[in-house]
Amino acid sequence: MNVNPVAIETDVLVIGAGAAGMYAAIEAARGGADEVLLADRSLIGRGGATVMAQMTVAAALGEEVPDDPRHHCQNTIAAGRGLCDGKLAQLLCDDAPDCIRELDRWGVGWARKDGHITATTAPGHDRPRCVYVDFINTGPAVSKTLRAEIARHQKNIRRAGDLCFVDLIVRDGECAGAVAWHLPTGAPVIIAAKSTVLATGGLTRLFRRNSASANMGGDGYALALRAGCTLIDMEFVQFFPIGHLAPRLIGMDPIMWDPFRYKLGGRLLNGRMEEFTSAYGSDEADKYVLTRDLATYAILKEVEAGRGSPHGGAYLSFQHCTPAALRAAFGPVIDRLAANNIDLTRTPVEVAPIAHYHMGGVKADADMGAVGVSGLFVAGEVVGGANGANRLSGNAITEALVFGRRAGASAASRCRRATARKLSARDAGSALDLVAAGGNRGSPNTAEMIARLQATMSDNVGPIRSEEKLNRALEDIATLTAEHGEEPPGLGGAFDLQRLEWLDLRNMLVVARSVAEAARSRTESRGAHQREDFPQTLPQWRLHQTARWRDGELQISGAPAAALAS
Amino acid sequence: MSGAEKQTATLKIWRGRARDAGQWQRFEVPFEPGQSVLDGLRWLRIHIDPTLAIRFSCINANACKECMIQVDGETVYACTARLEPREMTLTPLPNKKLLRDLVTEIAPPSERFAS
Repeated sequence: MNVNPVAIETDVLVIGAGAAGMYAAIEAARGGADEVLLADRSLIGRGGATVMAQMTVAAALGEEVPDDPRHHCQNTIAAGRGLCDGKLAQLLCDDAPDCIRELDRWGVGWARKDGHITATTAPGHDRPRCVYVDFINTGPAVSKTLRAEIARHQKNIRRAGDLCFVDLIVRDGECAGAVAWHLPTGAPVIIAAKSTVLATGGLTRLFRRNSASANMGGDGYALALRAGCTLIDMEFVQFFPIGHLAPRLIGMDPIMWDPFRYKLGGRLLNGRMEEFTSAYGSDEADKYVLTRDLATYAILKEVEAGRGSPHGGAYLSFQHCTPAALRAAFGPVIDRLAANNIDLTRTPVEVAPIAHYHMGGVKADADMGAVGVSGLFVAGEVVGGANGANRLSGNAITEALVFGRRAGASAASRCRRATARKLSARDAGSALDLVAAGGNRGSPNTAEMIARLQATMSDNVGPIRSEEKLNRALEDIATLTAEHGEEPPGLGGAFDLQRLEWLDLRNMLVVARSVAEAARSRTESRGAHQREDFPQTLPQWRLHQTARWRDGELQISGAPAAALAS
Repeated sequence: MSGAEKQTATLKIWRGRARDAGQWQRFEVPFEPGQSVLDGLRWLRIHIDPTLAIRFSCINANACKECMIQVDGETVYACTARLEPREMTLTPLPNKKLLRDLVTEIAPPSERFAS
């Protein structure tokens, strides 16, 4: 067992190497930071959500039709159901065209028509604004482009995959770096940094069916919470309505159907093969306009009424399309579907809501500084507030790029003023003990505990909630927290996946609690948060709830006086 | 649910931190036709042995390309290779440094942590 930690120093530490982290690292290097360490618990540019983003990126380029960031911002705020943080939403929309054009210069390969970057109209947008890389290759292309650009800055940017971050180190209200665990050797690592950027993504791994990667367990929220930051809007988890459900489809992202709905429509049908979305206030007709929160609600209500598809979702049918139209829209994807025995001209597929994105996150200022802890910046999905109660389609990669770039600039700017602290094992505190502890083989079964957490979160903290369900989830989370205990299990040494999962659970359990508690105290329905027992959207609830960690306890606040009294 | 018939694969897996110090273990894994080798490995970690080390990130999409292993001596992605109702031999990539069980050092040297 390695007990002597490896100690290193850097100007800027970037935790998370998806689009947000990679853009932050590039911008920090361009902003004058001599040494940037870009680290990820998976591999560089391969884990996380970016590589999974098969859809579109929203930016008011105005190349095909006139557009302006103001219009993009109006649509973003409308989708957010009254809860968007105005200054973050504005930053998102204002800086988007610049970032999209920079990626274009770096060779990402945005789809073009007549020499212009072409855009599609995703639901909730008032005009074509969402760019993409064909065929369903947006995320991988963005990842690959940024990874190549990082390589061009290799004099200033060191890359390190397989680093699991255990805790941030905070001294006198300033983030001074972090304690990490190097998976290939099992060695503890203490990293001193003048600026730290958290770009760890979201929390979709808390749910059984999700569209992101195995490493999106909300670790950034937990790191920030324990460091003294404030989380906001944790109750708002976006479910993607038409995640693939059946038949078993491998080698494809479960959210793959959306881009084809943009191109071809595609009919959403219940188990009786009837159109049903008009009964929930939105008639799709030939166009794809239904926003995600409404579509999710409509599908789950049909299932609840006994009108679901055989696996408990809805049918998505492209049977109205000709084989030629399907081939034109799907390209080589048609062959990958055929390898899974799926022929869209003959049969519909089954789809159902799937955990997709988290609106909540770390409260940040317009320079992407984490409120409450100086020297700590946030970027991408880990940021809370920009998207309010429901994110507009296409804004996720946009915020990764825009917030990543801004956070990188802020981190570099702070480096010019700050001096690095020397950190030793003493500064790492209890985090070091967790990494270096002896551990017991086989107990507890961390993989099974994660599966149980995912089950209760899906069944009780999913898109349709009630006090009863949320209480049940919080009881299950408390039971799991007790089982989890204080001592990590594991074999020690290289790639100890059981201990890694124990550390993941340490984060997942506190984040799950913040979601369920905020959801229980929000006694109304709004956007992605739908309460069966409180179906109305209430004006007094047009406010943000916050979560903070105080003396080992989670505190949720922000409820209106009337709600607290009830 | 689907009514698809359950089948059983026997996964014979190399366990250990070195190629000359370890042992074979066999696991019986139930599956529905169409499921991947990675589905089977995730199932057995939950239901039989959480200490089994595997590397994967995106689960299903074949986007992260992290789950490369050998099945019956052939290099595959565990997320796209399908389970079959027979004994299947799973080994780490032969040309990469072995870390543990099925996990190898696959990142290019410039993307690895060096103190």
